[in-house]
Amino acid sequence: MTSYEAQVGTVPSHTHVAGTARIFLVVWFWLLALTGVEVFLGYEHLALRVMLVLLMGLSIVKGALIVAYFMHLRYERASMAATLMPALLVVILLMNMILPDSLRLLHMRPH
Amino acid sequence: MATQEALSEDVVRDSAWGGGVRPFATGSKKLGMWLFIMSDAITFAALLMAYSYVRVASADWPAPFEFYPALVKATVMTVILLSSSLTMVMAVRAAKLERRHAAVKWLLATIAGGLLFVIIHATEWAGLIGEGVRLFHNPWGAPLFGAAFFTLTGLHMTHVFCGACYLGVVAGLIVRGKLSSEDVEVAGLYWHFVDLVWMFIFPMVYILSTRLG
Repeated sequence: MTSYEAQVGTVPSHTHVAGTARIFLVVWFWLLALTGVEVFLGYEHLALRVMLVLLMGLSIVKGALIVAYFMHLRYERASMAATLMPALLVVILLMNMILPDSLRLLHMRPH
Repeated sequence: MATQEALSEDVVRDSAWGGGVRPFATGSKKLGMWLFIMSDAITFAALLMAYSYVRVASADWPAPFEFYPALVKATVMTVILLSSSLTMVMAVRAAKLERRHAAVKWLLATIAGGLLFVIIHATEWAGLIGEGVRLFHNPWGAPLFGAAFFTLTGLHMTHVFCGACYLGVVAGLIVRGKLSSEDVEVAGLYWHFVDLVWMFIFPMVYILSTRLG
């Protein structure tokens, strides 16, 4: 083992590096299934808030599947995910602060 | 003296500050793509926020997406994009297993999926424009519907089209043996990101519109 390998870790097995086709097919199937659930929910008579939470929740799960398995982040160094994700999360939370203002606008309109 | 220099060179090289070390053990190309993806994700998040804001603030937001043909088309587009992500991941796998021609075939399938998505989306745009939807005016209600819809989906469509061109270049270079599997993987990251954005646009624009009217 060279000192370089000691630092960055030995090269993983060929199978892991390539990823098995089976995992990808399973993830793809779940992505399609969750999409079907979303379309179904679109025509169910649920309260708007419940619908929003469910749809956003499902989208986040689908996004997480894509990021973890298709984009391989699950098998990368955890420190990379820990560096990249919080920035996005913080920005989204900060932008979220403006959303209640849309309700103010809605109530101000003459209708 | 020479031995001492050689020794300290080893020490420097072995430390993280010695240079030639891959950040997060991923390689700078991949990290560079991830950083770009994060910045692009913030851009799309901002557009989705703007869309949500304008929609909530409007009392008469149009709901022009009936089940057939609009929602069926949008669902088909989602399936096409998800399937193109699968073919992309297969291309990366083939590239890592040194199967260059298989990788190119999977890349071509991915490109085909992306272009099909763009074509179907363009027909939807043409339909809406034909019904009188413009950026700041439409025959149904809130004037900003067009601006919000066309900006959000237009930027996404541009990403898909540019991604298809990018993959075309990668496929061409792979055939000539000029790129490594890492380059295919990095292109794959971009493609999956484009798919990821659609995972949020689809429910927020299309599925939520079934709630209205």
